[in-house]
Amino acid sequence: MLTNKSKSFWLLLLPALLALMAVLFIPLFIGGYYSLTDWNGNTVGVFLGFENYIKVFKDETFINSLIFTAKFSVVSIILINVVALSLAVLVTQKLGKWSTLFRTVFFMPNLIGGIILGFIWQFIFNKVFTSIADITGIAGFNDWLNTPQTGFWGLVILFVWQMCGYIMLIYISYLNSIPGEIIEAAEIDGASAIQKFFRVKLPMIMPAFTVTLFLTLSSAFKMYDQNLALTAGGPYNSTQMTAMNIYNEAFSMRNMGYAQAKAMIFLLIIVIISIIQISVTRRKESDA
Amino acid sequence: MKDKRKLKKTGTVLIGIFFSCVWIYPFYLIVINSFKTKSQIFQDTLGLPEGLEFSNYTTALDKLDFKNTALNSILITIFSLFFVVIVSSMAAYGLSRNKSKLSSGLYFFIAIGLLVPFQGIMIPLVSIFGKVNMLNRAGLVVMYIGLATSMATFMYYGALRGIPRSLDEAAVIDGASTFKIYWTIILPLLKPTTVTIIVLDSLWFWNDYLLPSLSVNKEGMYTIPLKMFYFFGEFNKQWHLALAALVVVIVPIIILFVALQKHVVKGISDGAIK
Repeated sequence: MLTNKSKSFWLLLLPALLALMAVLFIPLFIGGYYSLTDWNGNTVGVFLGFENYIKVFKDETFINSLIFTAKFSVVSIILINVVALSLAVLVTQKLGKWSTLFRTVFFMPNLIGGIILGFIWQFIFNKVFTSIADITGIAGFNDWLNTPQTGFWGLVILFVWQMCGYIMLIYISYLNSIPGEIIEAAEIDGASAIQKFFRVKLPMIMPAFTVTLFLTLSSAFKMYDQNLALTAGGPYNSTQMTAMNIYNEAFSMRNMGYAQAKAMIFLLIIVIISIIQISVTRRKESDA
Repeated sequence: MKDKRKLKKTGTVLIGIFFSCVWIYPFYLIVINSFKTKSQIFQDTLGLPEGLEFSNYTTALDKLDFKNTALNSILITIFSLFFVVIVSSMAAYGLSRNKSKLSSGLYFFIAIGLLVPFQGIMIPLVSIFGKVNMLNRAGLVVMYIGLATSMATFMYYGALRGIPRSLDEAAVIDGASTFKIYWTIILPLLKPTTVTIIVLDSLWFWNDYLLPSLSVNKEGMYTIPLKMFYFFGEFNKQWHLALAALVVVIVPIIILFVALQKHVVKGISDGAIK
């Protein structure tokens, strides 16, 4: 009933289109151009063609940050989904008020921003761990944020703690949508708790996995605040993730054109991941 | 049989309590240490405080300039939420009530925004907003509208499929204008989606550090995450003050969450299934 010519149609769309143009599309196009120059933030200098892009692939810190980010993402995704699904199964047992209480507790870290979470865990790793090392005499609790390996696990622990509550809520809503008769039928057939989980519940909540995997993957890949507050990329850039590498190139080194070339490659990676996710979801939906 | 089931339930509850304690332990450590003196934290991190050092809190509140910082965060979050909800629901309504090719083309155009990560546009965005003098609180709100609109429009569009067109057609016959129909009929019907968007986006806007650090990084405009970052830089060896500041910024959010828990949980669950 609204046509292309009706004024109302365009008035309804105008604010959204303007905001998207100003914040997303114009910057994207200008950024695409800047990535081909040696722009330093003030003056657009020389047009370089694809020189920046060639340089990116030889940039060791950038490649290392990509590898670190990929490793971080894979480990986090596995841990988050395993822990979150276990918590969801626990919370969906019929425990009355206890269920609500557990759900509240597990979700709590998700309310807090990355910067503040980073500082909380800085305290845990620097102060609490050191005093555990003093009490128990286990040296392994010392200097957690000062070595690349423990720094990696520090970030993983922080991120698992933060994301599990959110992913748990998604699993809960899928688990709750399983019809009660199916579970009862399995019980009457004498299925054990483990059989019920693997044979009945898990297959029924398969669609949840595309949602949760994609959510965890994209938030792991784009993580910046937590990285900054917990390790700031140290020691010696060994825990620097891609988002931080791009930020530092642009706003510390002021190599804006070059940083934008990195950003375009980062964008391409995210777009490819998203397209894979969308096509997998579509295929699953048409199978069902 | 009944006893066995009861026993099983008790066991499950005990497992839940154990994991809850593990989960909440970092918060517990932050809170108990925020009441200690500097040397007490150093000597005994795991134990309970000897006395209650409330001066940590008064100093932290003062150094955080808490009233102004919180006000900035509140204003930026509320204005951004308001505009995201209005702008996106209007766009989704327009698109859903026009079945032309152009309309689906525009929908596709808006959906492209879902794919673009913030880092892809961060550098030119800051540069452009700097050139037109919009690196301020109003500019930040505009950026959030642009960044959040695609997702919100996408969700509203999905919800609008479930609202029959005959409903607004009847209102047209009664002589209502498009905007009146949108405001009095459509927007109230979209309330569940609005709750989802408010929950997800308020957590984002409230907690965001990166974008505010690039746009409102000036005295008087600081949001809570920004101010916390500087606070830590300044007091980095003074954990007694830093921890009190952490408690100050965390506690109100947790209280708010417990009060609104039903809406938050429903909002996130609805958002995931759609």
